[in-house]
Amino acid sequence: MAIKKFVVSNFYDEQILFPAIKGVRKQGYKIHDVYIPFPIHGLDAAMGLRDTSLHTAGFIYGITGTTVAFSFITWAFTTDWPLNIGGKPFFALPAWIPIIFELTILFAAVGMVMTFCYLCQLAPFVKKDHFNPRSTDDTFVVVIECSDKTNENEVIDFLTGLGGADVEVQYRETGWWIGSYDKEQKLYDHNVETLVNP
Amino acid sequence: MALLKYESQVRAPLVEGNKDYHQITEDICRPVEGRASTLWWIGFLISVALLLFGVYSVYREVTYGTHQWNLNKTIGWGWDITNFVWWVGIGHAGTLISAILLLFRQGWRTGVNRAAEAMTIFAVMCAGQFPIFHMGRVWNAFFVLPYPNTRGPLWVNFDSPLLWDVFAISTYFTVSLLFWYSGLLPDLATLRDRAREKWRKSFYGVAAFGWTGSTKHWQRHESLSLVLAGLSTPLVLSVHTIVSFDFATSVIPGWHTTIFPPYFVAGAIFSGFAMVQTLLLVTRKVLHLEEYITIEHIDVMNKVIVLTGSIVGIAYLTELFMAWYSAVKYEWFAFEQNRANLFSPYGWSYWIMMGCNVVSPQIFWFRKMRRNLLVTFFMSILVNIGMWFERFVIIVTSLYRDYLPSSWSTYYSPTIWEVGFYLGTFGLFFTCFFLFAKFFPVIAIAEIKHILKKSGGNYKEQMTPVEEEKVEEFAHAHTH
Repeated sequence: MAIKKFVVSNFYDEQILFPAIKGVRKQGYKIHDVYIPFPIHGLDAAMGLRDTSLHTAGFIYGITGTTVAFSFITWAFTTDWPLNIGGKPFFALPAWIPIIFELTILFAAVGMVMTFCYLCQLAPFVKKDHFNPRSTDDTFVVVIECSDKTNENEVIDFLTGLGGADVEVQYRETGWWIGSYDKEQKLYDHNVETLVNP
Repeated sequence: MALLKYESQVRAPLVEGNKDYHQITEDICRPVEGRASTLWWIGFLISVALLLFGVYSVYREVTYGTHQWNLNKTIGWGWDITNFVWWVGIGHAGTLISAILLLFRQGWRTGVNRAAEAMTIFAVMCAGQFPIFHMGRVWNAFFVLPYPNTRGPLWVNFDSPLLWDVFAISTYFTVSLLFWYSGLLPDLATLRDRAREKWRKSFYGVAAFGWTGSTKHWQRHESLSLVLAGLSTPLVLSVHTIVSFDFATSVIPGWHTTIFPPYFVAGAIFSGFAMVQTLLLVTRKVLHLEEYITIEHIDVMNKVIVLTGSIVGIAYLTELFMAWYSAVKYEWFAFEQNRANLFSPYGWSYWIMMGCNVVSPQIFWFRKMRRNLLVTFFMSILVNIGMWFERFVIIVTSLYRDYLPSSWSTYYSPTIWEVGFYLGTFGLFFTCFFLFAKFFPVIAIAEIKHILKKSGGNYKEQMTPVEEEKVEEFAHAHTH
């Protein structure tokens, strides 16, 4: 977690955004992130992000649920306290299918949502910097991360050339912290410039 | 145009008017950000009053016992379980719309899914009250959970459909809530970033979990929605199947039929869509969202109503036929004497059910009727009355005269506290819905934006010349 220097550029049309992303990647700039108000299919691929394996995690959670339900009921009804219910066998598998099924779904869903929140660092009271509040409205915000060697004026010119609007340099915290959105917070008392370029 | 998916002009636009992304945000956030109208306050206060009456009715039941209700040894399930099944059924439309229609790639779900999911959650909350308070000693309700206890530990009966129900309903509630809220996160972030007042920024800041709209997060969000939809689809079908097992696995005439699971699921979707219609017809009018919840949406939902209503109708006739064909005299007695006989004590309820559920929805075969708001509203109420009577018929007419004439019950009618409990859940439901409509976006903002360039009215218009050109080209190439 640290404050870094970014070049931030706004786009308003998907048809300009995609060639711009392509151009930025070709030029070799490091895309920190693209902030969009709604999912745009293919943008992750265009940015070179790898596929998420969240669904695999969901599958594993689901199987865990099946196993837990099956083994627990089996243990409870055959070993721990076998109950004679209307002369049915103690190991009454067909009768357990509904609960095993429900717990499979429950484990998969809860596990996936929690993993999703963990991966995306989402939780109540979490605050993050994002570069333009309009990125949850109608603006696609492309953020380029600057290193020590980056000439930001060059990046600004380049992005403007690709159709970016209001291209500017911003210093932002990259991580999350416990905070509130109703006031401006300073994580560091130092001058930002000196933190970024010591 | 490579980026944009092309959609035929034959399909009516899902978003009417001249919209862009920002305008969508404005339109949907307006009711949330503005002041509550007088109408809202009136509705809200009536709901709270009903809720309080319900709380008092429940207080009486908890303090003095279940004899506050008119249940007896023979009719052990009455209004309470009728209401339970009715509310659970209503709670099926939301997940159906958001999960099954997502898998089927039905674009029109985007206009109605958020409100329908909210309705689902509130309806399941209402449903849960009935079995819990029907237990009588509600402070022992946690006995239904399989926890290590000092009574052995004596485990709960995993072979019992009633316990399956506990798991089904609680899983359904949890998963629906997660599905709904994870979908809400981006829209709450939109509200947070637009907020001017301090409390708003703070409230939506907490509620939005720090959502930023990062592409990677969206990618995971899409994956999550898809898998949750895949999980919810069998889940929603299983829940009412299991509710029907409460009846179908017993030996009561009129209950132990194998047709129950599909028949209950169809009935649930039927009543759920009716409730969605009731709510959305009012919501779109009051919040001025006619351009997002269009006549087209209402038309499509009415088609679902006539389809599921007809499935329910066939199920009624099938069970009637099977009761006769099976030649079991108890079974036939339940249908011929307790139900179909108009002059038997509860015959009237059977015919109300038939009229409301089977006959009246047939009006929706006519396009004009499907697109008539007044007719739709009236029908949606009628269907829900009919579906309430369906559960009443199943429960009470089967129980009150069973195998042993000496245990036949006298006429069962509810006490004021039974009715009060039911009205109280209405209060709970509408209180929640009014709060939802005031503080949350009733339409999924991000999802509407997602389909705008494909299904938005103004974008479709731009496509018209392209389509005509293509058709001409095609005709030209194939006629020479």
